[in-house]
Amino acid sequence: MAPSVNRRSGYSRRAQFSTFLAYLAGVLGAVVGAALLVVSIIDPAAFSGLRSFGAAIAEPGGQAAASGRNASRGILSTIEAYFRAASQNARLQRELKEAKIRLVEADSIAAENRRLKELMGLTRQNAKPVAFTQIIASSASSTRRLATLGAGTRNGVAVGMPVRTPTGLVGRVLETGPSTSRVLLVTDTESVVPVRRTSDGLPAYAQGLGDGTLRIRLINLGINPLKVGDVLATSGSGGLYRPDTALGVVTRLLKDGAIARVLSDPATAGYVMVEEAWASHAISQDELGPVPASPASDKAGGQ
Amino acid sequence: MSKSRLFQIDAPASRPRINRTASPILALSVPWISVIIGSIAPAWFVIASAPVLPPFAFLIFVSWRQLRPGVLPMWAGLPLGLVDDLYSGQPMGSAILLWSIACIVLDIIETRLPWRNFATEWLVASGLITAYIILSLGIANLAGASTYILATVPQIITSILIYPLVGRIVSALDRFRLMPIAEIG
Repeated sequence: MAPSVNRRSGYSRRAQFSTFLAYLAGVLGAVVGAALLVVSIIDPAAFSGLRSFGAAIAEPGGQAAASGRNASRGILSTIEAYFRAASQNARLQRELKEAKIRLVEADSIAAENRRLKELMGLTRQNAKPVAFTQIIASSASSTRRLATLGAGTRNGVAVGMPVRTPTGLVGRVLETGPSTSRVLLVTDTESVVPVRRTSDGLPAYAQGLGDGTLRIRLINLGINPLKVGDVLATSGSGGLYRPDTALGVVTRLLKDGAIARVLSDPATAGYVMVEEAWASHAISQDELGPVPASPASDKAGGQ
Repeated sequence: MSKSRLFQIDAPASRPRINRTASPILALSVPWISVIIGSIAPAWFVIASAPVLPPFAFLIFVSWRQLRPGVLPMWAGLPLGLVDDLYSGQPMGSAILLWSIACIVLDIIETRLPWRNFATEWLVASGLITAYIILSLGIANLAGASTYILATVPQIITSILIYPLVGRIVSALDRFRLMPIAEIG
């Protein structure tokens, strides 16, 4: 629409005044924004209460959309499966035969593991899952990679807990509300996960790049031993993420590391599982005895 | 009932078209609600592992300011930006600051342009959108992230291409807002 002709306020005091006030209001908005920004940069958790209040308001819509998303994905994959039924059947039978053999082998390894753990005095390593929930929203238009879960403190979710799908690690809980929680995805640039190569335990760090991939940084400098196709899993060092949770596959080599693709894409994961932070569990099992939960999870949350 | 008719031509159910004006509640609330929905709803439909969606709330906001400069006041960036910051993932204050500045800049540009057409409005909006996305990235990085600027290129392109469509939706909402449904007197 064309601007009104009377932009110049001329001699009318009233018109001058209202034009001035309009600009003043705009500038005031910018000043308030800048002030809030400074506060939130100094203390990132300053507005977490407000954010979880907002997330709680939007939760019903998010839950409905998440259910719809899961349902539509199910329909599409069912249709897709019809086109590949025969070849898939043959392949699955072959894989099943191999898997049965592997399963027997794994059973004996598990038994051996149990025996060795008993020898070392480690009673239990697998913590119970805290909650199964859906991802109800994500920051799709921001360069930050954050997601909102449909479970919060009411379901036992606490800050620092790792979030995963059956195929691998998704992220960790950053802020909690009563019925929602905010998750820092592993692809965010602020997320750093200690990993190791599954084949030989080569240690490295996986930092998010913000575009769905991970930057793998090696701890040992020298010749880059990584190869395309290497699978990386969490190493458990730092105490936050449970060891051997799959994370990514190397897709491209760099001079001092690699770029990896995340194995568990949160977009295709219907449900996610919130686990207990590994370190707090390990500490409480060790000789330290029962410790209050909050300092341990704080430590874990800060990496 | 002396005569029977097959069709009732002057059906009493049909709304009279004279003596009607727009509902003031609808006329005032639709622009605000549309921007708020633009902040909240897109996050539900894509669980993204890259910044893929255009910042719809900002596009709708700029559209309203371009279509009807008086409908959203200059200070609208403060409450609407606050809502956007709750859901966008940006640090709190980012959208409040950038939307308020965008409002002032848009106003200054519009007073300088003696005439306008589709292309100039699109061009002006494209400049604002590009600056907004890059500055948002800068603010997020200032707050601790370290995303490369190239990661935003797909988002900038989709945002610029989708802007005319958002403009059409906003003008449809404008017609809806001004539907004559309230009776005068």
